[in-house]
Amino acid sequence: MAMKKSAAAGRAPRKLSSKKPAPRRASASRGIVMLVGTRKGAFVMRSDTSRRIWKLEGPHHFGCVVTHVVADPREPKVWLAAVKTGHLGPTVFRTSDAGKTWKEAKNPPAFPKAPEGEQGRAVDTVFWLTPGGADEPGVWWAGTNPHGLFRSEDGGETWTEVTALSAYLASLDHSKEAFMPTPGGAITHSILVDPRDSAHLYVSMSVGGTFESRDRGATWKPMNKGVAIDYMPGQEFEYGQDPHCVVASPVNPDRLYQQNHCGIYRIDRPSNEWIRIGKNMPKAIGDIGFVIVTHPRDADRVWVIPMDGTTVWPRTSIGGKPAVFGSDNAGRSWKRLDRGLPRANAWHTVYRQGFACDTAKPLGLYFGTSSGQLWASRDEGGSWTKICEDLPAILSVEIAAP
Amino acid sequence: MKIPVAIPSPLLSYTGGAASVEVNASTLAQALEELDRRFPGIRFRIVDEQDRIRPHIRFFVNERIVRTIDAPFAVGDTLTVVCALSGG
Repeated sequence: MAMKKSAAAGRAPRKLSSKKPAPRRASASRGIVMLVGTRKGAFVMRSDTSRRIWKLEGPHHFGCVVTHVVADPREPKVWLAAVKTGHLGPTVFRTSDAGKTWKEAKNPPAFPKAPEGEQGRAVDTVFWLTPGGADEPGVWWAGTNPHGLFRSEDGGETWTEVTALSAYLASLDHSKEAFMPTPGGAITHSILVDPRDSAHLYVSMSVGGTFESRDRGATWKPMNKGVAIDYMPGQEFEYGQDPHCVVASPVNPDRLYQQNHCGIYRIDRPSNEWIRIGKNMPKAIGDIGFVIVTHPRDADRVWVIPMDGTTVWPRTSIGGKPAVFGSDNAGRSWKRLDRGLPRANAWHTVYRQGFACDTAKPLGLYFGTSSGQLWASRDEGGSWTKICEDLPAILSVEIAAP
Repeated sequence: MKIPVAIPSPLLSYTGGAASVEVNASTLAQALEELDRRFPGIRFRIVDEQDRIRPHIRFFVNERIVRTIDAPFAVGDTLTVVCALSGG
């Protein structure tokens, strides 16, 4: 893989603008289209170019649990949605007209049929969707609960399990203990495709750790050195960690950030060791959370939303006071960004797909809460505005192109 | 043999709104096969890839619950697909 350095490396850090009002000219060249997955359906939020006026559309797939809705950057009107209900099994729907009509996958993600007499696995939830590389039109990846990685080569119509990954996981010592399910299941997520090489993948498992493949999923290696695993006896483990969300910098794909069950981390490949940048967070806040976002044009900039990970792990905003924390120096220091957010009595959770950014200037940041609120910042986290409330519990927020 | 099948509301999007359809089958497995042929995708929503009935789905032959898809039908039987309670 190319050893491309961060475009931002060596640059003087930019100040986070928590005390400044939003610039008047803040705008997107076109309005933002936001795809929102909830426990009771999918919604679409559309803004004007100022990103001040938002209109809610939907629900799509009303009443269904929609874990992830993702737009295809190669075909912006193509969106895929991961859908199930309490009664019915998991499936994937596709729209090619930006949500006007939806068509169900012919063969949704499903594990191979087990030999006679053996207990086979069944997909409970399609949890994560990722479009393939720009040079692989029609390719999509999906992560499931229980752990599974699936690939589609026809735009999401048919899916095939990457059996090499499940065979690799089964071959690992102590695999049953290392891949125990979370309360939300054994979730395969954060499928990252290197924009320079579509065969180069990172996949994370909660619980299980982060794994890398350089051959489109045929072979895998763990990539968890340096990541704490506080809930297990012992100190050093090759795998078995609990990444909650992992992102790669679009401008420097060799830099990854990770919000883990046990801290916030950064890695700069080809290093194989994560650095716990969460140790630089205020001690009273800690570095537990579900979400992490990095700036599409500046690999040194990263944002998290800390959650309460004390005692029984409430996983709510700390002290009932929600806050985003941002760093403009790759996690060496952090700044609280809570202007406009509730000052008290806001006990929500932001789930791992619930935080996203657009590509406008200044950057827009968006998060959705378990209590059905959507919050937006037009000034890179400096100030926040509630743009929607009373939705069902929000599971995912993604920005459709542009 | 002809088997009337009662379709629950979560599956009406597959049957074009028909709450009752008829299949030609000797077993539940055959009934599911015909249902999926006529209403693509319906089978996977109620039976998983290992042919196990999904946790919140029940199949009744007449008034008798059946637990596996190899359950046989007799002349005059009816099949009812039930979506059991699955929480809020």
